[in-house]
Amino acid sequence: MKVLYFAWVRERIGKPEEDVTPPASVATVGDLIAWLSGRGEGYAHAFENPRVIRAAIDRAHVRPDAAIAGAREIAFFPPMTGG
Amino acid sequence: MTATIRLQQEPFDAAAEARALTHGRTDIGAVVTFTGICRGDENGEPIAGLTLEHYPGMAEAEIGRHVEAAERRWSLRGVTVIHRHGRITPGEDIVLVVTASSHRHDAFAAAEFLMDYLKTRAPFWKRVERATGGAVTGSWVDAKSSDDAAAGRWSKKPGHNQAAE
Repeated sequence: MKVLYFAWVRERIGKPEEDVTPPASVATVGDLIAWLSGRGEGYAHAFENPRVIRAAIDRAHVRPDAAIAGAREIAFFPPMTGG
Repeated sequence: MTATIRLQQEPFDAAAEARALTHGRTDIGAVVTFTGICRGDENGEPIAGLTLEHYPGMAEAEIGRHVEAAERRWSLRGVTVIHRHGRITPGEDIVLVVTASSHRHDAFAAAEFLMDYLKTRAPFWKRVERATGGAVTGSWVDAKSSDDAAAGRWSKKPGHNQAAE
């Protein structure tokens, strides 16, 4: 699946997007955050406080307990500050 | 209802957008135009400008979902939302919401509703450039709990628990 990062999540990880293939045990958005956190220092820094991370599956907001099965695009970003 | 949603780097003309929404119409009795403008300070410190990052595709979709929600909730004749991205300097416009209705209440309420949700749910992030002592430093703007509270009040209904979002 494609994973996208925005704002300081993107800066800390050091890339705007990538393709990842998590193991089958990674079932939810929260699981994916935990799994990505183990991929390196930048990831650990980006996801050090998972409570502040917002997520979207296929361009719609989801909660951490949302299932990722069938997702094409999952995005992680800080709380939004538009307007 | 006429709904226009645009994301663009270029400036917009708020008056022209409001005119376009009402031109040739006799069913519209009220137009509310809200423009959000880049201030020259953030938390009391002067800024040189800001850069708005957005999530292309989702930003349009998310704004569209809130325009549809506004349409279900109020009697609207037209809505225009324009949100800029890229670099914006103090004094420049950032966001435009125009709502049109037969009577003023719907247009006022829908414009405020849309702005409250744009601030908290539309995927945009502001990074400010601070100009202090000749050196330019940047930092991401923190989300404000007051903005969440402003958006949250629209989901309060008598006899119902406040929706979790």
